[in-house]
Amino acid sequence: MSIDMEQFHQVFFEESLEGLDVMESSLMELQEGQADLEVVNSVFRAAHSIKGGSATFGFTAVAEFTHVLETLLDEVREGTRQITSEMIDLLLQSVDCLRDQMSALEKGETAVSEKSHELKESFLAMLESSDEVDLASSNTAPQKEAGCSEGWSIFFKPEIEIVQSGNEPLRMFRELSQLGRLKTTALIDALPSFTALNPENCYLYWEMELHGTDISEAQIKEVFEWVEDESEIRIEPLTSNINSELKEDVISELKAVPTEEGADNNETNSGSFSKRESASIRVGIDKVDELINTVGELVITQSMLSAVGQDFQMDQLGRLQEGLNQLAQNTRELQESVMRIRMLPISFSFNRYPRMIRDLSKQLDKKVELVMVGEQTELDKTVLEKIGDPLTHLVRNSMDHGIESPAERLEAGKSETGTITLKASHQGGNIVIEIIDDGKGLDREKILAKAIEKGLQEPGDRLSDEQIYQLMFRPGFSTAETVSDVSGRGVGMDVVRRNIQELGGTISISSIQGEGSTITIRLPLTLAILDGQLAQVGDQIFVFPLVSIIESLEMRGVEVGKAAGGCDLIKLREEYIPVVYLTEVFGISDQPVILDESLLVVVEGNNEKIGVVIDDLLSQQQIVIKSLEANYKKVEGVSGATILGDGRVALITDIPELIQLSGATHLNKLEAGSATFPADPQAA
Amino acid sequence: MNTVENVDTEANGLLQQGEHGIDQYLTFVMEEDEYGVDILCVQEIRGWEDTTPIPNAPDFVKGVINLRGTIVPIIDIRQCFNMQETNYGPLTVVIVLRANHDVGSRTIGIVVDAVSDVHSFSESDMHNPPSLGDAVNTSYIKGLAQAGNNMVILLDIDRALNFDELQGFVEQQPEALAATPG
Repeated sequence: MSIDMEQFHQVFFEESLEGLDVMESSLMELQEGQADLEVVNSVFRAAHSIKGGSATFGFTAVAEFTHVLETLLDEVREGTRQITSEMIDLLLQSVDCLRDQMSALEKGETAVSEKSHELKESFLAMLESSDEVDLASSNTAPQKEAGCSEGWSIFFKPEIEIVQSGNEPLRMFRELSQLGRLKTTALIDALPSFTALNPENCYLYWEMELHGTDISEAQIKEVFEWVEDESEIRIEPLTSNINSELKEDVISELKAVPTEEGADNNETNSGSFSKRESASIRVGIDKVDELINTVGELVITQSMLSAVGQDFQMDQLGRLQEGLNQLAQNTRELQESVMRIRMLPISFSFNRYPRMIRDLSKQLDKKVELVMVGEQTELDKTVLEKIGDPLTHLVRNSMDHGIESPAERLEAGKSETGTITLKASHQGGNIVIEIIDDGKGLDREKILAKAIEKGLQEPGDRLSDEQIYQLMFRPGFSTAETVSDVSGRGVGMDVVRRNIQELGGTISISSIQGEGSTITIRLPLTLAILDGQLAQVGDQIFVFPLVSIIESLEMRGVEVGKAAGGCDLIKLREEYIPVVYLTEVFGISDQPVILDESLLVVVEGNNEKIGVVIDDLLSQQQIVIKSLEANYKKVEGVSGATILGDGRVALITDIPELIQLSGATHLNKLEAGSATFPADPQAA
Repeated sequence: MNTVENVDTEANGLLQQGEHGIDQYLTFVMEEDEYGVDILCVQEIRGWEDTTPIPNAPDFVKGVINLRGTIVPIIDIRQCFNMQETNYGPLTVVIVLRANHDVGSRTIGIVVDAVSDVHSFSESDMHNPPSLGDAVNTSYIKGLAQAGNNMVILLDIDRALNFDELQGFVEQQPEALAATPG
């Protein structure tokens, strides 16, 4: 066979990593002492397909490692072994180890690591130490690894549906016959009567003698690699009549693997989820079907339109319009279903946390229960991949700073076990992720004192709770007394906020002292398309993201005041809002704006509001975001560009940047004293 | 046998030529002077169309256009080189070039008076630009070459169209920044 196996490597890695995720989440469900067969099976299946795949692609180190794992799981499955928490720990560690091996292989490095040897040793020790069931047979002398001089006798009874799983006994025999001289005897006593025979089943089984020197048992086993679990296979040397079973063979074989004392490898691995932004995506068949349906409708609309256009007369105008409406609807549907292809449930990201919480609660000696709500909420794959790290950080923070130790909790009259809730939901065009803990909450005074100590805040200012919490997002802020492995390096929160802002999202905190805190992250569903409001300024058109618009009003009759900083203000209900002239900020024209003919769009970004003066509001539409940076460079106040219906380019405003650019922040600082003003200290 | 060898040597000759032999240059005219750019960088030549201005951009950046779905900035080479501004008309030409920079490449359009010719220059035809001291930045000039009676200034596109460098270059000569926008 001369198929280039490398082309399948990527698929194998992706599948294996998915398999590992499944293993991990299933392992979390396993409870000490009780073996839920369904769960054990799913772990086993995942391990098995990784083993099969890695053996096929020649990653023997991985295959050998998973084999030991599988042997252990097999015993659990058969009920000869009880699940211990030690075993679950070991299995979880091996999941980490396999994940490392996969990423090493993906980079073209060798997958053999000291860690895997170490773990393998532990597994073997566990297998050894086992119940009497094994002891009886493991007393038999270990067989020699090397080839048996005369050959092997093989008994092979495949599962009845073997052909349906894509395995073909004939092909195996052919492979065997390449190893040496093969004598096959087919046993037909299991054959049913002709009428009862299902032609798709395999009723035969075989006894074989494979004569030849230098054939190792491993070579034979490799032939049966894919079927060994579903079939009855016995491989015995022709001369001897030791009746050992495959299981023991495996143990003895693996004992022969050289062992090294693992180097200091004690780093916690729970955080080692490397940043993988994989290049392919798995899509549910229903989504593809939906896409095909939509395209089908589009084709119908197109043919209808071309029929109208063929011989157009004015009285057909109604039909034309109808067709165009239909086209618009089809396009929107098509767009939505294409976007849906990129959507994945947030559980992909959430699933790593049970494991993390488990590890951390051991490390920190705290009792924590994780509750996940709405993990089926879907969001764009790119957003999903980028939200992982910030979320991990926040969950760690909640564990470390939020939840108290069991003793403290009892003292405060709470239950010993703390709860962290991860909640995801859709709200309008956004996805909202909340991280709620029932810990001690944020200590207002401590944060303020720390901020003053670090020079992030002038003493003496009166600040609202919200403003104080925002201080935590400033670079260089950390309240942890000791810098622990978990958190407290003081680089965290500002990076978290920056990551979220890069995704076009916002983050906010609310907290009640003694009762816990809630961190709320708001993210756009997708990065590629946004709902925009087109606005005319001079002879140019700008796009405002619809989500940031609060309201718009006519400027006629509105009183514009001047603040001390030289900035215009209007009073809108109970708030003073700085007025920003786009013509001025973007340098569009020097002409003074005639306010009476203008409109004011009130927009919000970073918890600040500004009013932007524009000439006219145009249509609202979905716009496709195009990069300006690709061919030019970052433009202050502009997040990108889009192409309008007539082919012209329009720029998309970046509200938080616009606020900075306009100097409105400067004004905010001046007004920070006034209680009615929504000031943001970190922008000062 | 013989013929095969011949083909071989011929192919080798061609290869060598391609490597350090003759390069082709597209030349264009601005204020009587002829400039040349490596023809392999040229993506297309198109007429002038209205652009969407970029806020607070330097004067020589005329704005962006939609080039079949890609946003492409247009810069006025005249203003970069400190020449008189002219009005754009139907005959004004935009050359769309692909310039490499540190990370990847950019597609950029340059406004020129007219496209003139395609010349082939070998390396030996090319002369180093004269050193004029610190007063004049010549880093974006690859070399000078003679085409008939005309001198052609060959531009190093990757340097000439680097926005960060361009900015610095123009800032050295304050008169080029006739008026900051706004």
